[in-house]
Amino acid sequence: MKLDLLTSLYVLMLAGFIGFEVIRRVSPLLHTPLMSLTNALDAIAVVGAIILAGEKHEHMATLAKVLGTIAIIAATSNIVGGFIITDRMLRMFKISSSSKKA
Amino acid sequence: MSSDLLIEVTYLIATALFILSLRWLSSPATARRGVWAGELGMLLAIVGTLLNRGITDYTWIAVALVIGSVIGVPLGNVQMTAVPQRTALSHAFGALCVTLVGTAEFYLRAPNIPPFMMAVLSMEVILGSLTFTGSLMAAGKLQEILPQRPITYKGQNFVNLLLLAGAVAIAGVLVVHPDQIRLFPALVLIPLVFGVMLIIPIGGADMPTVISLLNSYAGLSAAAMGFVLNSKLLIVAGALDGSSGFILSVIMSKAMNRSFTNVLFGAFGQVQTSAAGEQEAKPVRSATPEEAAAILAAANKVVVVPGYGMAVAQAQHKVRELCDALSKRGVEVRFGIHPVAGRMPGHMNVLLAEADIPYDKLLSMDEINGDFPQTDVALVIGANDVTNPAARNETGSPIYGMPILDVDKARTVMVIKRSMAAGFAGIDNPLYYLDRTLMLFGDAKGFVGNIVRELSGGHG
Repeated sequence: MKLDLLTSLYVLMLAGFIGFEVIRRVSPLLHTPLMSLTNALDAIAVVGAIILAGEKHEHMATLAKVLGTIAIIAATSNIVGGFIITDRMLRMFKISSSSKKA
Repeated sequence: MSSDLLIEVTYLIATALFILSLRWLSSPATARRGVWAGELGMLLAIVGTLLNRGITDYTWIAVALVIGSVIGVPLGNVQMTAVPQRTALSHAFGALCVTLVGTAEFYLRAPNIPPFMMAVLSMEVILGSLTFTGSLMAAGKLQEILPQRPITYKGQNFVNLLLLAGAVAIAGVLVVHPDQIRLFPALVLIPLVFGVMLIIPIGGADMPTVISLLNSYAGLSAAAMGFVLNSKLLIVAGALDGSSGFILSVIMSKAMNRSFTNVLFGAFGQVQTSAAGEQEAKPVRSATPEEAAAILAAANKVVVVPGYGMAVAQAQHKVRELCDALSKRGVEVRFGIHPVAGRMPGHMNVLLAEADIPYDKLLSMDEINGDFPQTDVALVIGANDVTNPAARNETGSPIYGMPILDVDKARTVMVIKRSMAAGFAGIDNPLYYLDRTLMLFGDAKGFVGNIVRELSGGHG
């Protein structure tokens, strides 16, 4: 249990550094798609909501089911909407014909 | 055992795909591959989760996945001008999911919650609920359902800090006494109120910073949820989202020469009245579309500086036509984009890309600023404060120190503006009274359209 926690803290720290280095490189041109994409990825919280809504609970079963179901709806709309709009935006970015060789 | 291992492996692959997804987003050439990687990772993780043997009932999961998708499709197809409010709304949805799961986890586990677990669970719920209402407020302001003017009152910061301190205190009590179950609703309700109060004093021009900050909070709350559920995948996704929001907030507040605390606790509203008071009618030079077209046609290098006003007037397609008409005559046209132009980071680039303007013509402030002295015409469309030379040399100005686009160094400056009314911050712009500045009064879309007509009429 204690070891689990420490591992999680390591994961958080490493992911923080990776995130910082990777996102620093994203051109200001793409900052809006960056935000909509990270938002879609963040909706991975849906996995927690799925387990909450699907698992069998001894007490508070109705509460878990209701909250879990609403949480899945909220997260799924972010996943679907986030990926759609990010792709729509990125499709619009075109380079001019004169400098295509680069 | 083997199915548990399989699930963990799908999470591992999904984590790698998420990192690659953001890595590929660094350049427009590989960015779409990034979206596919993200989609694949998401699909793997969801399918993996559905294989979990602990799940006994799939009905509600299926129903919720369908409803969520039905809501998501229109949210993915909003107009590009509405992207900021859509983004704020999706921060709210993300935070809602995290808050609800956190709440359920508390009631399922209480009163047997170890102190550290209760601490991260509190963080999850506090950040989640304040981001939920804060983002709804931001979306409402951006959609113009709510008044966009900052609303301030005496003792505002004190009230806000008191609310936050109250929520943290309750979290502290619950960490020590997790059996005080009836305290929990306050842990959700107080941050819900705090989120509303936090956004009330924020005005339109501060939205890029605030949206980024809310983005960061949403990510952090998801990472906290990862600790509660012991899910490494969630910790990584939350950390990526959190650091992305954080980096963007830093870039935005630097571009406005303001600190986070200043954006959140010092609404621009107070300075506004005093600055607008001393306006007097100074002479300006104005020009007609014919004159503007003649000057533009004679130029070699033109830099267009667009602001949110261009988006409001829906003028971006006319601007594209102008860009084409000038390029045809051998005039080099480029765009200089301030980091806070628009209502969210990078918003202006998306609007111009939508109008089919190639992205290699879109330059950031740092890239373009050195070129203004060699620029024949700087054409400012719907931007005001980001071109205000007062930021450079008037120490008393509320925007003093904010990095600006140096349009006043171009040989000729043209400003398309409806009237002489001051910009968002209510600060007079000395740029308009320079000898080299021509004011083009009118609606951005109509005026640019007239210039285009002149240009195409003149030489067939």
